[in-house]
Amino acid sequence: MTWRDAAVPLAIFALLAIAPFAGFGQGHSLTLLARAMIFGMAAISLSLIVGGAGLVSLGHAAMLGVGAYTVVVLDHARITEGWMVVPIAIAASAAFAAVTGAIAIRTSGVHFIMITLAFGQMAFFATSSLALYGGDDGYTLYSRTELFGTRALEGRLFFHFTCLALLILCWALVQALLASRFGRVLRAARENETRARAVGFEPYRYRLVAYAIAGAIGGLAGVLLANGTEFVAPAYVTWQRSGDLLFMVILGGAAGPHGALMGALAFILVEEWLAHVTEHWRLIFGPLLILCVYYMRGGIAGLLRRG
Amino acid sequence: MNTTLLLVQALNGLQFGILLFLIAAGLTLVFGVMDFINLAHGVQYMVGAYLGATLAAWTGSFWLGLLLTLPATLAFGLLLEFLVFRHFYDRDHLSQVLATFGVILFLNEGMRVLFGTAPMQMPMPAALSGGIAIMDGLLYPTYRIAILAVGLATAALLWFLVERTRAGMLVRAGASNAPMVSALGVDIRRLFMLVFGFGAMLAGFAGALAAPILSVEPGMGDTPLILAFVVIVIGGIGSIRGAFLAALLVGLVETLGRGLMPDLMRLFLDPSAARQTGAALASMLVYIVMAAILAFRPAGLFPARR
Repeated sequence: MTWRDAAVPLAIFALLAIAPFAGFGQGHSLTLLARAMIFGMAAISLSLIVGGAGLVSLGHAAMLGVGAYTVVVLDHARITEGWMVVPIAIAASAAFAAVTGAIAIRTSGVHFIMITLAFGQMAFFATSSLALYGGDDGYTLYSRTELFGTRALEGRLFFHFTCLALLILCWALVQALLASRFGRVLRAARENETRARAVGFEPYRYRLVAYAIAGAIGGLAGVLLANGTEFVAPAYVTWQRSGDLLFMVILGGAAGPHGALMGALAFILVEEWLAHVTEHWRLIFGPLLILCVYYMRGGIAGLLRRG
Repeated sequence: MNTTLLLVQALNGLQFGILLFLIAAGLTLVFGVMDFINLAHGVQYMVGAYLGATLAAWTGSFWLGLLLTLPATLAFGLLLEFLVFRHFYDRDHLSQVLATFGVILFLNEGMRVLFGTAPMQMPMPAALSGGIAIMDGLLYPTYRIAILAVGLATAALLWFLVERTRAGMLVRAGASNAPMVSALGVDIRRLFMLVFGFGAMLAGFAGALAAPILSVEPGMGDTPLILAFVVIVIGGIGSIRGAFLAALLVGLVETLGRGLMPDLMRLFLDPSAARQTGAALASMLVYIVMAAILAFRPAGLFPARR
C-alpha cells in the first residue's frame, strides 16, 4: 500500500473522528454518521468479495440481517452482554455465509448473482415469518447491547466512536487480507481461474473463506445497525438493500476497501439530502444511479486518482 | 388437509407456475442471447398490470384492455431498451445489475407518483367471474382456469415460434453461441431487440392476466422477478423447455409448501409452533429446492450453452 492510497482513508477516519466536535454533534447528525459508518463496514465487507474475488453478490443484506436478528433472538432471551452477543452474531453470519456460499460459489458469473439473490430473499422471507420476533412489523429491542454489564453503548458519542473503531478495524483487516498471499490468490483466480488452478491453487476454498469473512463483517455491521436504531425489521434484509450495498461498492470504485467506504458515505449523504428535497427521491436516485454506473467506471476512487 | 384442498392447491400452484413461466421465458432468452442480466424484467410485469387495469378502465372493457396491453407493453419494453439497456450490453454483469436496479427504483417510485400507494383493482370480466364445479360440491374460480388455459396456449405458441420458425431458430442459435450467429451474417442486435420486446410483452401480458386476482401496486414485480430468476437458474439459462418445467415446479412447490408445511409440522410439534416453523420453512422451500438441484447440476436442468 502506497502512502497515497493510505492518505484518503486516513483523512476520512480523521474527519469522522472530529465530526462530533465540529458542528455534527447533535442527535440527528450523529445518527446519520453512525448509519454511514455501519454501511461503510458492510460495503467494505462486500468489496472483499466483489473487488477482491470478483464475485458479484446480490444478497449481502442477508449477512447484516443474520447479525441483526441474532441480537433480536438473544434480546428476546434477555441476553444482552456484548461479549456474548457480538461473537455469537459474527459466528452466525459467518456460518450462514459459509453454508450458502458453499453452494453459490460452485457457480460463477450470472448464476452466482441470481443464487445469492435467491438466498437473500430466502433470509427475507424467513425473517418475515418469525412471528415470535414481530414478523413483518419488526422487533423493538428491550435494550442496547451491554459492555461488561454497563449501558455504555447508549451514550451517543460512545456509540459513534465504537462504530468508528470497528470500522477502522474492519478496513485494516480487509486491506491486510487483500495485500496478503491470500488476497493475491483471490485476485489471480479472478483474473484467470485456469492459470490459478494450473499453479496449484484451488480457487473454491479461497473464495469460500473470503465469502465467510465478508459474512462475518457483515454480521458485525448488522449488530451495530440493530443497536443504532434499537429496532430490527425484515426491511433490513430486502434485496433492494443488497442492491444499495452493491451500488456503494461500485460508486466508490471496486478498487479497494476505502473505495467502498467512500461509496457508502456518499450514498448515505446523497440519500439523506435527496429525501429532504422530495418525498419521491427515488425518481431522481434511480436515473442518478444509472448515470453513475455509465460514466464513472473507476468510481470516486478512480476520480481521485486521476485528479 | 384433504384431497379436495390438495387439488385446489395444486391447481393454484400450476396457475402460478404458468404466470412465472410467462415472466421467465423473456428473461431466459434475453440472457441467453445477449448475455444481459435484466433485473428490470419484473417491472415489465408491474407495468403490464397497471396498463391492463388503466386501459380496461378507460375502454370500459376487460378484453379490449387486455388486448391493448400487448402493444403498449411491447412499446414500453422497446423504449426502455432504447433509453437504457442498449448502452450496457458491452459492460460487465455488475454494471448491468446496477443499471437495471436503477430502472426498478425509478419505475416503482414512478408508479407510486402516478397511481398512488393504494392498490388498484382490475375488474374481472363478468363471463369469467363465476366458478366451475371440478368435483362434487367444489367450485374452482373460472378466471383461474382461464389463466391456466391462456398460459398453456401461450406456452405452446412460444414453443412453436422458438422451435419451428426461422426467427426461433436464430434465437436458439444465438442462445447457444451468439458470436458465431453474428459471424454468419445475422444482425444480432436486431434479433435481440425482437427477443427483448417479445419478452417484455410476455411479462406485461402475465401482469395484466394476474391483475384481477392480485392487487396492483408498486413493487408487485419484485417477488415474481426473483422467483423467475430461481426458475431460470433451475431450468438452465437460455432454455425455454427448462424454464417451462422449472416454472411449474417452482409454482407447485411454493403453493403446496404454504398449504402443506404447517400441517406436516403438526406431526412433530404443537399447533402454534407448527404454524410458525411451517410458515418459515414453506417460505424457504423453493430456495432449498433450488440449492439441492444446483448442488447436483450447477448449470441447471437443461442448459442451452454447453
